[in-house]
Amino acid sequence: MDLPRLPVGEAVEALVDWIEEYCGWLLDGISAGLRFLVDGLQEILLLIPAPILILLITVLVWFVTRRDTKLAAVTALGLLLIWNLNLWDLSMLTLALVITSTILALAIAIPLGIAAARSETLNAALRPVLDFMQTMPSFVYLIPAVIFFGLGSVPAIIATVIFAMPPALRLTNLGIRQVPGELIEVADAFGTTPRQKLFKVQLPVALPTIMAGVNQCIMLALSMTVIASMIGAGGLGYRVLVGIQRVDIGMGFEAGLAIVIIAVILDRITQNVVPPQQEDR
Amino acid sequence: MKLEGSVIFEKLPREDSRSLQPIVSVEGLTRVFGQDPQKALELRNSGCSKEEIYEETGDTLALYDVSFEVMPGEIFVLMGLSGSGKSTLLRCINRLIEPTGGRILIDGEDIVGMSQEELRAVRRRKLGMIFQSFALLPHRTVLDNVVFGLEVQGIPEDERYQRGEELLRMVGLGDYGASMPSHLSGGMKQRVGLARALAGDPEILLMDEAFSALDPLIRREMQDELLDLQQRLNRTIIFVTHDLDEALKLGDRIALMRDGEIVQVGTPEEILTNPENAYVERFVAGVDMTKVLSASDVMRHPEPVARCTAGPRVALHLMEEHDIGSVFVVDRGRRLKGLVTLDGTLEAVRAGRGLEEIITTDIPTVALDTPLTDIISVIAGSPYPVAVVDDENRLQGLVFRGAILGALARKGGDVNGSA
Repeated sequence: MDLPRLPVGEAVEALVDWIEEYCGWLLDGISAGLRFLVDGLQEILLLIPAPILILLITVLVWFVTRRDTKLAAVTALGLLLIWNLNLWDLSMLTLALVITSTILALAIAIPLGIAAARSETLNAALRPVLDFMQTMPSFVYLIPAVIFFGLGSVPAIIATVIFAMPPALRLTNLGIRQVPGELIEVADAFGTTPRQKLFKVQLPVALPTIMAGVNQCIMLALSMTVIASMIGAGGLGYRVLVGIQRVDIGMGFEAGLAIVIIAVILDRITQNVVPPQQEDR
Repeated sequence: MKLEGSVIFEKLPREDSRSLQPIVSVEGLTRVFGQDPQKALELRNSGCSKEEIYEETGDTLALYDVSFEVMPGEIFVLMGLSGSGKSTLLRCINRLIEPTGGRILIDGEDIVGMSQEELRAVRRRKLGMIFQSFALLPHRTVLDNVVFGLEVQGIPEDERYQRGEELLRMVGLGDYGASMPSHLSGGMKQRVGLARALAGDPEILLMDEAFSALDPLIRREMQDELLDLQQRLNRTIIFVTHDLDEALKLGDRIALMRDGEIVQVGTPEEILTNPENAYVERFVAGVDMTKVLSASDVMRHPEPVARCTAGPRVALHLMEEHDIGSVFVVDRGRRLKGLVTLDGTLEAVRAGRGLEEIITTDIPTVALDTPLTDIISVIAGSPYPVAVVDDENRLQGLVFRGAILGALARKGGDVNGSA
């Protein structure tokens, strides 16, 4: 049997050419905007002297965790270690990438999640897309990102946004759908507008679940920015990559340790922003 | 519930409003859950039962052709077993569930055809709702829960908090405003639910199994407090319950539901004594009649009685004539003075003394609304019939042992006998 081979690769190439030709201006615009965001954020982070920023982050952790002194101390020590290892600047770039990607991912995921919770059609349409996004190996996203945006921090952010978005979207959707029926009845019975119902009942009640999604989003963003160093995103990930390429265990380990420290701090902050809610039973 | 003297409610006029128009009027209300309501209704009209309709179409006929009227100031109880459609019916009244057909008039306005905007206005101004599971918002403090409805209406913050505080004091939770709902007991949560429902000063309270999730002691307490509160505020309450004792205790009128239809509407007394069909009879069969019947149901006209101005000979004559061993003595205003016995009167006649000297004032009396269960214990400890007196101690009737047994045998027997 000699079946003709389907021209899948050719079709994709044609599509990409078409997009580059006719949507080039859009891609350039997105590219410029993102570069401005991430560069600006990194510069702000670097503008603050490291000791002061360490102090600020420590105080933030202390307050957010409701005066958990032990955790605040661990935070301070971890950050001081990063500074001591001369990884401060790289860490700030990684942080800038994570923050930018997370904000973008949440800006898409939360409104879409709310919309999906209210519309069965949208929910049904989104589900296969999200499944696809989550099952695809993460570095596959790097390919289209590079094709459209070249190398550097911009394609890294795009790939990260795509990778980190699904859990936040799913958990927002889930959180709102799981708001107990009688609380929705309360909202309706007391004459709320749809908007009041969303902001006074659905979102606050779903908040713990949504925050779990935000937490996941940040963690995934951090892991993806490390992988994205393969396409030229700088930061700690690049350091790890170089360590691997040179089989420099010490270098790779130091950078890896810094990533873990940042991950733990981000995780603790996002997990504690919303006070734990007890069930109304 | 501490009924402190706040003036946060407009006191609704009492007697006049009762005689006027119904405040809620439900006409031919129907609700079908499922794909093809029209077909389900056609089947019902051609005489199919709920089960047959379900088998045929997969649709559930939750309510069919329900009509009733609720008067202002009335506690109207919707009662039935689970699945009888009572909660669905209640939710149709504020359109949490959309009726498939029929009309619901609130203050003469049909809410079924209303736009969302108009409906919201009615829900905010006229309807308060209380839920079985309390349904307090877990992220809000108790006070913020109470003022939820006011907040939704856009009432300024200081005004709504002031009112919220007053309501919390009224339900006896004045110190709990800053607590989170999860820290309260069930009874306290439902007080918050009650305060929240009352915050908007609604004319109508919809209560869905409001006390069913509470343990029996707290439940009884809440029922009493609701009656107290109703005495004072005079709202219209539509109360859903599956508990007949609760229905009998609270209801001015009761609508008994079965399979989405109202089987009988009437006062508790009417439902118990004149069950309209076998279903109602079975339903009320288990009722403890001693709690339902009161002194006024079993007492007899006080005959004979002796005036205290009469002499002992008159009293003796009365006792001989009626073949009784004692007689009650009243004054000119029929106020009860006491009782004289046959022996005492004979003694007085012999010694030439007046009635007043031999009168026994230490006799048990009961009020008109004292339940039979309490009278039984009184009568057991007394050799005489029990006198029934009104608020001003005027003799209204007498309860004899035989009358109690008779009443129980007759009314209870009727109900049980044919079940």
